Amino acid sequence: MDPFLLEAIVNGILLGGVFALPVLGLNLVFGVVDVVWLCYAELVMVGMYCVWFLYTQAGFPLALAFLVCLPVVGLLGLLLHQVVVRPLLNSPPITQVLATGGVIFVLQGSAMLAFGTDFRSLGVEMPPIEVEDIFISGTKLVAFVAALLGAGALWTFLKFTYVGTAIRAIARDREVMPLMGVDPKRIYMVASAIGGGLAGLAACLLVVQLDVHPYIGLSFGPITFMICVMGGLGNMLGGFLAAFLMGVIVSTGGFWWNTEMSYVVAFACFIVVMFARPRGLFAR
Amino acid sequence: MIRVAVVVFAILAVLPLLGLPDYFMHLGIATMLIALSCTGWALMGRFGLVSFGHGAFIGIAAYTMALLWNDVGLSPWIGLPAGVSLAVAAAALLAYPCFRLRVVGHYFALVTLAAGEIVRILIVALRDYTGGSLGMTPRLAPDHAVAAMQFGKQGFWWIALIAWGIGIFAWWRIDRSMSARALSAIGEDEDAAAAIGIRVTREKMAITLLSAGLAALGGALGAQYRLYLNPETLAGIGVSLQIVFGALAGGMYSMLGPTVGAAFTTALEEVLRVAFGTAFIGAAPLIYGILLVLFIQFLPRGIVGWFDRRR
Repeated sequence: MDPFLLEAIVNGILLGGVFALPVLGLNLVFGVVDVVWLCYAELVMVGMYCVWFLYTQAGFPLALAFLVCLPVVGLLGLLLHQVVVRPLLNSPPITQVLATGGVIFVLQGSAMLAFGTDFRSLGVEMPPIEVEDIFISGTKLVAFVAALLGAGALWTFLKFTYVGTAIRAIARDREVMPLMGVDPKRIYMVASAIGGGLAGLAACLLVVQLDVHPYIGLSFGPITFMICVMGGLGNMLGGFLAAFLMGVIVSTGGFWWNTEMSYVVAFACFIVVMFARPRGLFAR
Repeated sequence: MIRVAVVVFAILAVLPLLGLPDYFMHLGIATMLIALSCTGWALMGRFGLVSFGHGAFIGIAAYTMALLWNDVGLSPWIGLPAGVSLAVAAAALLAYPCFRLRVVGHYFALVTLAAGEIVRILIVALRDYTGGSLGMTPRLAPDHAVAAMQFGKQGFWWIALIAWGIGIFAWWRIDRSMSARALSAIGEDEDAAAAIGIRVTREKMAITLLSAGLAALGGALGAQYRLYLNPETLAGIGVSLQIVFGALAGGMYSMLGPTVGAAFTTALEEVLRVAFGTAFIGAAPLIYGILLVLFIQFLPRGIVGWFDRRR
């Protein structure tokens, strides 16, 4: 096989790992609370600024900056739920989605006020790793592994803890669970905080690869939503697999044409998939 | 409501004769054209067909019109209908499989969102023709201003007013037709609607094409008025959300709601822009966003919907 194509495929899989985290977070929130957070990519953006600020301005060690970023964005997710989503829980879905759409402007505006519109770089770079003929970016590989670990941790939590089981149960049947003694309000809060935390983790992995600026959410937000829908909204495993599929499509599309066209191809693929499987690729 | 609309139309028609300041004229034209797009969006949005991709149709129409003028030399008087037709064709291409295959709700919203992004990225990627992110300007033709649809503020005011009137008229006609009943039924329950003999796909297609066409007309005229095209302001999520917010803020269930909403959001943006200027970059979107969220929480049926309920 052409080594460049192989490299593109490997990079696509690595990219998929980074897409996977926000997809899992969105799916978790949608599955449990039944609301699409349109501003999810902006939560990631805030997390990226958080790491950048702590590392380059406040002089924190990078690992500590990462550790602080997770709960900060987690709290932001909780705040988003309590302030914006909760009063609208009984409203039609369109109002809920648009309210979180309004938060996009709030977060972008806050970021601009605090840090201006400049591109901010962390300035951390790891040497590429050479395997056979192909080069793999060290930062991307580390990010990929971290994304898998994050996904694994989430799975373990959902599968083996009491709260995790309650979360899965609520996602399956919203009406019955309150009768079983589960307080949905608390579960919503937990899910929102975890959803935010996953955005924080995604932020840590992205900030080492990309420069952060107030509009960066727009560059990966749309594709995150598309991956979620492609895997089936609320379907964690479907979203996880679709993330890798989309990563490879984007990356190999970039190999054959160019980066912009690769996104056009990816979005077109998404629309075609929706026509073939209107409830997502992995709908039961 | 139609009486109010006719009175508003008549007042707006004589306003340019009063020699109002350019700034006011500019805001009026911009508002009427956005109002047309919002009205078009709400035409389908109020029946539960929520599209986040109306930017796609605006982008297609505006760029077709401008490219035909710049590269082929075809007047916008022909280019505009051609562009709008192309936008409507794109809407058909997107909506028909969606409706046949029952892509509804969140899924429909996100498919249309993808369509909007595709158009935006295509415009950027085809930068050899469209100028990419830098945008493009239609060629100026001072000698043939009328043929090139390059009027001053006064002339464009009437064009915008007529376009807006078409949108309101379409709304009024639909409201009085069987289609409105059929679409309400579909919005409640598609299967039940189909069972009583409503041709679901056909009704949804008709309203979608009309909606896309009106939105595209408003957006393309806006581009022609400003004589500047940019992918960020004519396609993609940004403009799609702007249209949706306008419709929602004013109230998407009444004829003049989207217009009131467009006036409100335009005024808000303008007030914030003037208040902050370049002093606190970011303060304007911050306040705009907070107000939008508050609006959605406390006035879910919009400004007009709130007045309607109090009456």
